[in-house]
Amino acid sequence: AMEGPRGVRIREGDCAVLKRDEVFKAVPVLRHRKIVFEKQWFYLDNAIGHIYGTTFEVTSGGNLQPKREVEEVTTETKEAGTDNRNIVDDGKSQRLTHDDIKALKDKGIKGQEIVQQLIENSTTFRDKTEFAQDKYIKKKKKKYEAVITIVKPSTRILSTMYYAREPGKINHLRYDTLAQMLTLGNIHAGNKMIVMETCAGLVLGAVMERMGGYGSIIQMYPGGEPVRAATICFGFPKPFFDNLYEFPLSKVDSLLSGTFSAETVPSEPEDNALAEEESNGLNDKKEISLQETEEESAAEVAMEISRAQEQEAMDINAEDVEFKVNRGKENKENVREKQRKQWERRKKLIETAALLREKNADGVIVASKFHPTPLLLTLLEFVAPSRPFVVYCQYREPLLECYTKLRERGGVINLKLSETWLRNYQVLPDRSHPKLTMSGGGGYLLSGITVVLDKDKADSTNLETLNMEEPSSKRCKVEELHC
Amino acid sequence: MSFIEYGDTIKDGDTAIVFLGHESMFPVKVQHGTVTQTKYGVIRHSMDLIGKKYGSKVTCSKGGWVFILHPTPELWTMNLPHRTQILYSTDISIITMMLELKPGSIVCESGTGSGSLSHALIRTVAPTGHLYTVEFHQQRAEKAREEFQEHGVEHLVTVTNQDVCKNGFGVSDIADAVFLDIPSPWEAIGHAKSALKAEGGRICSFSPCIEQVQRTCLALEEYGFTEINTLEILPRVYNVRTISLQIPDLGKAAENDSSIGFDSSSLSNQGSPCTNLQGSVQFKSGVPVREMVGHTGYLTFATKS
Repeated sequence: AMEGPRGVRIREGDCAVLKRDEVFKAVPVLRHRKIVFEKQWFYLDNAIGHIYGTTFEVTSGGNLQPKREVEEVTTETKEAGTDNRNIVDDGKSQRLTHDDIKALKDKGIKGQEIVQQLIENSTTFRDKTEFAQDKYIKKKKKKYEAVITIVKPSTRILSTMYYAREPGKINHLRYDTLAQMLTLGNIHAGNKMIVMETCAGLVLGAVMERMGGYGSIIQMYPGGEPVRAATICFGFPKPFFDNLYEFPLSKVDSLLSGTFSAETVPSEPEDNALAEEESNGLNDKKEISLQETEEESAAEVAMEISRAQEQEAMDINAEDVEFKVNRGKENKENVREKQRKQWERRKKLIETAALLREKNADGVIVASKFHPTPLLLTLLEFVAPSRPFVVYCQYREPLLECYTKLRERGGVINLKLSETWLRNYQVLPDRSHPKLTMSGGGGYLLSGITVVLDKDKADSTNLETLNMEEPSSKRCKVEELHC
Repeated sequence: MSFIEYGDTIKDGDTAIVFLGHESMFPVKVQHGTVTQTKYGVIRHSMDLIGKKYGSKVTCSKGGWVFILHPTPELWTMNLPHRTQILYSTDISIITMMLELKPGSIVCESGTGSGSLSHALIRTVAPTGHLYTVEFHQQRAEKAREEFQEHGVEHLVTVTNQDVCKNGFGVSDIADAVFLDIPSPWEAIGHAKSALKAEGGRICSFSPCIEQVQRTCLALEEYGFTEINTLEILPRVYNVRTISLQIPDLGKAAENDSSIGFDSSSLSNQGSPCTNLQGSVQFKSGVPVREMVGHTGYLTFATKS
């Protein structure tokens, strides 16, 4: 496998995910950088070199120290009440005051000990039922024991994190819905996939993870360039990006009508005039910067990481003594470098266009803020027959229309409109039940399979329509009404 | 074709899916000189299938037609011969993601059952991963082996015929993930732990009853697993229908249809309202199917770290 093995060590420059209970946060691993997470601040310096999955305690000065095996507080001879008939809320059951607790904290007393003191100073603790005592301890532990786990990013972790922290950035695509998409789309190594998403690059990352660097992915993007804030968080090895292509949505029509190449392929790589023309002047650039700022202002995670990269770049530059001396030379080189990059981008664009023109993709995944119908009707043109496609939409109504339009178009079977409900459970001896809250909605999916598109119009009433749609008498009525 | 690699044309020896209509399909082993009966008539493999493109429409002897589809684990799940109760794609999806499976992953599974999950696992971990699956029922184990060979994935899977609760998975310190779908998973947690890599991995256990979950969670805790989390996932499927609701006759003047008392465009969600002469309104709706899956099983996940 191209991916590193499990249990790899935390390295400087990695993207790691901090975890405390059910809360996640993606951060870059850098030395001397203060991290704020769940009302705590600390440095990741000491975490470097440890294995992913290690749990750390935050000690004074914001240092991380690996937590030793849980030295369970052996609560002496357990004493507990049977019910709460004599427990009165007089607000005085805790003998320690806020100031006392603050003093303990300021002294740098371990969270574990603070919890123990809270228990000892609670007049009602012994009268609480065993279960209530459990709950009390858990609650206090959560508050005072500063423990964080550093985990390796994965689709599981990042999709859970995004759904909890920034659902708006991913169109409220819940992680179980994303899981359905990957399975319904039969995403696996060797595929040639088309992905159109505006989910911060999370869906792209999920597809990349499942393809493990084998096969190719063409990302269709709106605006100036694809957004990959979440994709970066996965920390994929470089080769994964060799077969990742991107193609602007705004050029799809010209590609399908055959006018694409004439418009964009330059004759000479170093030709400046052509290069400028290709970038569509200012409009395009404006769009890029606009999108960038939009993305940055909201995607906290991405911001963290891109800032870190900037910082790194600055550090390197500052150390470079020759930098100032050679500025003039460098400028010229910069221009040349820019041209080279531009030319490479264009070369890849031509390659991408060629890949699309083959019209033999192994599937399409759509998860965007746009209306799905025009996207799907167009993108299906690039897909081989007998391949799955999956469209996500936060709302059901656009998918109803998409369904109808796909039926009219033909060339698809086994259409299915679905959603999933996800229910989490508390499982404890004698206290098992569904969790009190569940997510109200994680979006809807429309999936199906492509088939050879019959040009013969008579076939539009294909067998599945007859089998599946409304009873024929009703259908007739509908058709009458439509005219 | 194989279950892990798309092919364009149908070849002798392939497993293909004959698609007759919604929820009506079956798998067929493509063989020269063989015929398959459908309700639309006969399909002759040599003439009608071999050499044709997957996704083609094939006309049967009675003039009806079917589509021939490339096999995928999902289509296989919908069509495989049941030897046991099986896991369906909704559960499989979340299992795959929560176990963090990807190309190269090493997975242990028990029991193999009818191989519904096995095919999905193999698809995901190919081409560099491996599935070690344990089935204590000898006949089922053999049948699974045969199927894996027929489907061109035998190099990615090892089927072992033994009792996982007594003898474990037959491997140790190798797996990135373990999946259990057995009646008493708590008896296999120790074996699962030793099958997982020393540096850690993920586990999932599927159980229909909450009592099983409870015992499993206790065992997981006892063996030092963390991040223990139980969930349930329910699929909701909708039929797309055009619904027509009649407008009640409130005795309003018949000649003035437009003054019925509402703006029909606001009632229709597709922006193409259709009010007919009798006074009814048409709209598209996603109607839940009459009967849905209410429960398959609880999925308990945990981490070895």
